[in-house]
Amino acid sequence: MSATAESIRLNLTPAVRYVLRVADTALIHAQRLAEWCGHGPVLEEDIALTNMALDLLGQARALLTHAARLEGQGLDEDQLAFLRDERHFFNLTLVEQPMRRSSAHAPGGDFADTVLRNFLLAAWFKALWSGLMLSNDLTLAAIAAKAQEETRYHLQHAGDWVVRLGDGTEESAARVRAALQRAWPYTQEMFVDDAVDADAAASGLGPARSSLCVGWDAEVAAVFGAVGLAVPPATPFLSTGTLGRHSEHLGFMLAEMQVLQRQHPGGRW
Amino acid sequence: MRGALVQDREAEAWAALDGVPDPEIPVLSLRDLGIVRGVRLAEPGIEVVLTPTYSGCPATEVIAESVRAALEAAGLGPVIVTQQLSPPWTTDWITSEGRRKLRDYGIAPPGAAAADVVHIRPRHVECPRCGSAHTERLSAFGATACKALHRCLDCREPFEHFKPL
Repeated sequence: MSATAESIRLNLTPAVRYVLRVADTALIHAQRLAEWCGHGPVLEEDIALTNMALDLLGQARALLTHAARLEGQGLDEDQLAFLRDERHFFNLTLVEQPMRRSSAHAPGGDFADTVLRNFLLAAWFKALWSGLMLSNDLTLAAIAAKAQEETRYHLQHAGDWVVRLGDGTEESAARVRAALQRAWPYTQEMFVDDAVDADAAASGLGPARSSLCVGWDAEVAAVFGAVGLAVPPATPFLSTGTLGRHSEHLGFMLAEMQVLQRQHPGGRW
Repeated sequence: MRGALVQDREAEAWAALDGVPDPEIPVLSLRDLGIVRGVRLAEPGIEVVLTPTYSGCPATEVIAESVRAALEAAGLGPVIVTQQLSPPWTTDWITSEGRRKLRDYGIAPPGAAAADVVHIRPRHVECPRCGSAHTERLSAFGATACKALHRCLDCREPFEHFKPL
């Protein structure tokens, strides 16, 4: 029986924080999507959701590897994924919300939630990769150029589903509207700037979140407009996952995601 | 004289790489797939630059290992395998020989991968079994990251399409 692994501590420069926000959003989104593996409503959808999870995991891996290089302690992407504490994850709070499974505090399992979240995030990633492709960090630009092509398929897939459900039966339309009500308060965090964004924009590392709003709005308006989905009114709620302060759901998810590396440090296939 | 030797060893390396199959679509060699970006002589040995197809392609490590094994078996080692992301691989890099092999294997080869939304909703992908263009897409995602599921409306057979990226 080996000792459990200690958590790592990172030297969090603004650039490391910036890259981790993107990496962690892709990683945690991938982990939630992977919960559908073997549970999709139809075989094609099961395959699609897990394929998208795999793309996102690959993007996260490249970004975590790069974050580790910028951070400078000689860590690798596995250590960053499996040995950080919750407060050192910087993903958007939306991606950690329950998706397939319910928790004590939030509903899960409605396919409309998955579809809608995938759509909102694919549109966000599309705008983000477009900006990151122009980064003066050439590794980051190369990762973004690769990811952009994959995200096109995700956005098309999710957009088609929003239309199909929104324009389907009364039941499916009601479920998409309810899913939108649940997801919408978390979207504000996608576009709010702080010092990390300002630093990245000024140094040419990548776009500030506020600049992603224009492209995202256009994607959302096109799909929502096609099925008469109304954007809910803004609320004062601002989630703070990108600052490392998470909802109650991330801790449970990390406990499951990290258990193997925590209990068997350095374990390999 | 030295130049000729260098060229010989590079040619030997390319010939060895011709024999390395893609682990997920074994009718294609890595060269057919267009993911070998370059071969450089190192002192000693050889460096091979590979590029991934998809960010999350689980075959990436297997491919690097089989490249290493093939070149070492050809007596060209030690082998350094490096990954290069930029410019990103696209399906346009699949050779015409590779496209023919895909079709013969029963996978419809990709069309041009222009950055246009029209091309990610391909219509009339030709059925690799009967040649009919009267086909429909069942899903944009398939058994591997690079393939989509289609169905021929004439011969009624399902088939896979190597999707344009």
